Amino acid sequence: MDGARVKTALSMMDERGSGEGAGYVAYGAFPEFADDYAIHVFFDNIHETKRAVDGELEKWGTIVHEEEIPTYEHPNIRKVHTPWRYFFKPDPSLMPRSTTPDDDIVLHLVMKINTTRPGALIYSSGKNVAVFKASGWPEDVADFYRIQDYKGYLWLGHNRYPTNTPGWWGGAHPFNLLHWSVVHNGEITSYGTNRRFIESYGYQCSMFTDTEVVAYLFDLLVRRHGLTPELAVRALAPPFWDEIDRMPPAEEKICRAIRLTYGPALMNGPFAIVVARPDAMVGFTDRIKLRPLVSGEMGNRLFISSEEAAIRVMEPEVDHITMPKAGEPIIGRVVA
Amino acid sequence: MMYRNIDARGMHYTPLNRAIREAVASGVNTIEIEQVMGQRFIADGLRGDVSITIHGVPGGDLGMFMSGPTLIVHGNCEHAPGNTMDDGTIIIHGSAGDATAHSIRGGKVFVRDDIGYRGGIHMKQYLEKSPVLVVGGVFRAFLGEFMAGGLILVLGRNSRAPIRERGIGSGIHGGRIIIRGDVEERYLGVGAKKTDLSDAELTAIFPLIREFGNHFGIDPEPFRHDPYVQITPSSSRPFANKYTWE
Repeated sequence: MDGARVKTALSMMDERGSGEGAGYVAYGAFPEFADDYAIHVFFDNIHETKRAVDGELEKWGTIVHEEEIPTYEHPNIRKVHTPWRYFFKPDPSLMPRSTTPDDDIVLHLVMKINTTRPGALIYSSGKNVAVFKASGWPEDVADFYRIQDYKGYLWLGHNRYPTNTPGWWGGAHPFNLLHWSVVHNGEITSYGTNRRFIESYGYQCSMFTDTEVVAYLFDLLVRRHGLTPELAVRALAPPFWDEIDRMPPAEEKICRAIRLTYGPALMNGPFAIVVARPDAMVGFTDRIKLRPLVSGEMGNRLFISSEEAAIRVMEPEVDHITMPKAGEPIIGRVVA
Repeated sequence: MMYRNIDARGMHYTPLNRAIREAVASGVNTIEIEQVMGQRFIADGLRGDVSITIHGVPGGDLGMFMSGPTLIVHGNCEHAPGNTMDDGTIIIHGSAGDATAHSIRGGKVFVRDDIGYRGGIHMKQYLEKSPVLVVGGVFRAFLGEFMAGGLILVLGRNSRAPIRERGIGSGIHGGRIIIRGDVEERYLGVGAKKTDLSDAELTAIFPLIREFGNHFGIDPEPFRHDPYVQITPSSSRPFANKYTWE
């Protein structure tokens, strides 16, 4: 499916945004470079910072291909950054102690460049994953990148209404790290605790907004610690203690262990979140349901949105609309 | 009867509401809106003797501040239909999202199927104004949160599963929540207490069940013989010592 329908769905919900940030992600967008990491960078300017980024990448592997991401002049979007993409092959022999050297090299590069190279921000770094984001309304951002020209088997889209920090290109959703992409409605009031926790594992927050930690938490809990997505949601939005006390023994034991182990990963405040990775999509809300989330199914397609109308505009014949219970994940798995 | 048909396909809510107001001002008393898709704020603040039938999925805050009209929705509603409604009726042939009948101060909302979280939150009443929310299906947590007046009636059609939604009547200090079947004490919110609904009390509210049945073509009689519980404030001022000290 191309990006046009996602754009239409988001435009139904313009009232949820402020025109200061919107974005999309498409999984499966680069079939010709499917095995390379698609490193997306916002450069403040090319002449000052690009050579430094090239150098960092070349230290750790090979740049297979690179190009400026095509954009199209748009009256409502001021092109304050130059979006660039590298297709990158890390050299796993350079990180011999890791069991997942390719991912860890890219993770290291993202954190290093985002914290030590002013004027360059890596905002997406997965294989075969394309992120399109900027400051603007969702329709304008879609036209700016012409997302209808890209095809993907899994899309996320987001319209932002920044409340605690200024809107900027890097603060637009989706947030991506490696194979993870996150869109979020709400406010993570436990951001300080979550950030301290995640930074103790080597992640560094550089986007000036709360949602960033969700991508890093999923990378830590699922990719590095081996939790299932279901258990990761249990860690971030756990059942209340009084509910845990009443569970059957096996379930009680695992829920208690998750809460005790990942207490600082627990997210407070209102949120509805959708997280994607190449083989799955997970939607969940905070435990007391302070933000809306609706899901719909049509054949083997799963839709998750803040509003039912946005699903119906993409798929008018959608036949199974539900509102997931607070704190319980709705999971779609990619069937090959 | 003066009738007006409006095709709302692709229309923003501002011109849509303008079209509704112009129709009502010109004496139209029956409006049908086709192809509604996510337009929020429909019929907000609208007054007058008019019945509006909506085909599709209206966006949030349907009928907010409305005073008098009847809205009949053939589809689901998003968040907060009947938000702070003053008077009138909303009839939803489907389900509704979170905060249905949020802060409603008068009139009636009938939902054929289910509602989301915090149904009837901040519902209130004053003198002759006493709002009603009737839910045919089931509800999610925090039903009647901070409720100050009015009546929420849940019929629990099509569901025999026990209710497992926390915080029912959390912070309630006025009004009544009536639920067909039973609710375990642990699902009651702070300040709420549960009693059985007496035969006389059921008889008194039965006209509402009959009205629900009329709207949706459902036989009300089977609802006459089931047990109900009602949830009310645990005292006349359950939170007297929470925020003030005497």
